[in-house]
Amino acid sequence: MASADTIPGTRHRSILARIGESRGALGFLFMLPAAILLLLFLTYPLGLGIWLGFTDERIGRAGIFIGLENYEYLLDDSVFWLSVYNTVLYTTVASVLKFALGLWLALLLNENLPFKAFFRAIVLLPWVVPTVLSAIAFWWIYDAQFSIVSWVLIDWGIIDQPINFLGDPNNARASVIAANVWRGIPFVAITLLAGLQTIPPSLYEAATLDGAGSWQRFRFVTFPLLTPIIAIVMTFSVLFTFTDFQLIYVLTRGGPVNATHLMATLSFQRGISGGNLGEGAAIAVAMIPFLLAAILFSFFGLQRRRWQQGGGE
Amino acid sequence: MAGAKAFTKMGSVKTGDDGGMNYLNSLPRRLVTVYLPLAVFVFVLLFPFYWMAITAVKPNQELTDYKNFSPFWVVEPTLDHIKYLLFDTSYPGWLWNTVIISVVATVLSLAASVFAAYAIERLRFQGARQVGLGIFMAYLVPPSILFIPLAVMVFNLGLYDTKFALILTYPTFLIPFCTWLLMGYFRSIPYELEECALIDGATRWQILTRIVLPLAVPGLISAGIFAFTLSWNEFIYALTFIQSSENKTVPVGVLTELVRSDVYEWGSLMAGALIGSLPVVILYSFFVEHYVSSMTGAVKE
Repeated sequence: MASADTIPGTRHRSILARIGESRGALGFLFMLPAAILLLLFLTYPLGLGIWLGFTDERIGRAGIFIGLENYEYLLDDSVFWLSVYNTVLYTTVASVLKFALGLWLALLLNENLPFKAFFRAIVLLPWVVPTVLSAIAFWWIYDAQFSIVSWVLIDWGIIDQPINFLGDPNNARASVIAANVWRGIPFVAITLLAGLQTIPPSLYEAATLDGAGSWQRFRFVTFPLLTPIIAIVMTFSVLFTFTDFQLIYVLTRGGPVNATHLMATLSFQRGISGGNLGEGAAIAVAMIPFLLAAILFSFFGLQRRRWQQGGGE
Repeated sequence: MAGAKAFTKMGSVKTGDDGGMNYLNSLPRRLVTVYLPLAVFVFVLLFPFYWMAITAVKPNQELTDYKNFSPFWVVEPTLDHIKYLLFDTSYPGWLWNTVIISVVATVLSLAASVFAAYAIERLRFQGARQVGLGIFMAYLVPPSILFIPLAVMVFNLGLYDTKFALILTYPTFLIPFCTWLLMGYFRSIPYELEECALIDGATRWQILTRIVLPLAVPGLISAGIFAFTLSWNEFIYALTFIQSSENKTVPVGVLTELVRSDVYEWGSLMAGALIGSLPVVILYSFFVEHYVSSMTGAVKE
């Protein structure tokens, strides 16, 4: 943009008008509201959280710097390591299931179906409804005495006793993973469906003419073209699953005997319920390396996409 | 996505049948490979909602008596649970709080995001690319690692147990999302329109309000709906920053106030979950396309 000063008669224009024509100043002004909110309530707390991890701050009492003591304590804390194990297990199993089932559902919805738009709309419902409220429904479904699942299985003669869904460590793990997968499938399926719809049908026709079977069409046409979007969707999915809090908090609160504690729920329990803000913050900070790994993965996913489109836009 | 749709439509016109290559599949085969799995998926994904709804209208004596009453049906539907919820608990207040907080947080975030996205995408000030990347990174910072330091801040600012605590913290995940989404929409508006307006003497402000925003209305709706849903569903901040019953939001209120002792009142709990889900479901049903496009758009860009 040409400088306004070179044109005669515009010298004495007001400061406002000049700001209006300078990209830097105008850009700064436009960015201001978002920047203030994000710097104040996102960047600053991120730093504050890391700082709190090095202090012994408690609710109602300012902390002092204690170096790595919180982390040293956590290193010897078997509950913390159990929560790390649980988080990794929860994320891995749930993500793999979400991916497999989500991709399957996406492929089904991509078929030529009657009422396709309707199916797509209702399939997304689990993802739209507040997690806590659907988790409460799962709580009732997993009830120790009156579980509908147990009732049906007993009625069919498959089991004799009601299943103790949330009382037994391994059952509880499987149950919360199932609830998480239930909620996550629609997100994976609908985003992958959007990716599927951009694949031109002519490629499948060409592959069929070359004698490809349905598996080969999937393996050599669908999958490679879908890879970039899969990378991004799964990064998001992993990120959301890894930092999950609501589902566990509603269903088990980390029990039985910490078998379902995730790092986020442990951080809440120690930091807020227990009042030990410093230690809670340290647990939250311990999640960051994992998240960074996921973000780097996403970044390379994006890179690859740009490369496949033939250079940046 | 629209392009892809047009493409498939064209394809089907050309080949002269609706199914593309589906003539290769016989009906029984499709029944087993497509319709049956799809039916199972739909059943599993929707069953919890059915269960929620049927429990909400079941009288207590039917609720736990599986011997005499089929659990899948209700013989004498009752509105007692809903009545109890609406008149004997603070539920209406929670609903109202959630509406206020979600609307204000959404409007605030949307306004800030429009300016930010326009600046990043169109003003192209120095460092715009880096700021755009920063916004994307901010989107990836989860509330689970922010709630403890935010709780400390909220307490020190004197906002603890007020609606402002949530109204000011929700934009931390709404602004990155909305900005990222709107950047995509603004990118699709041709530069030429803005150049014409600049030549005609329009200021940047006029360009934004008269040209860019009207063209980006679908994007604004998408971002707004999605942001509203996200705020409505938010849990961890609302759980941490709000103490008193009258300031709670629906998800927190239902979980912390309706569950009192070991005797769970499943009927009213399910009614609470159902009614708390309805606003977002209704909103979603009106704007399915916008919702889907914002979800896929955020991932695709």
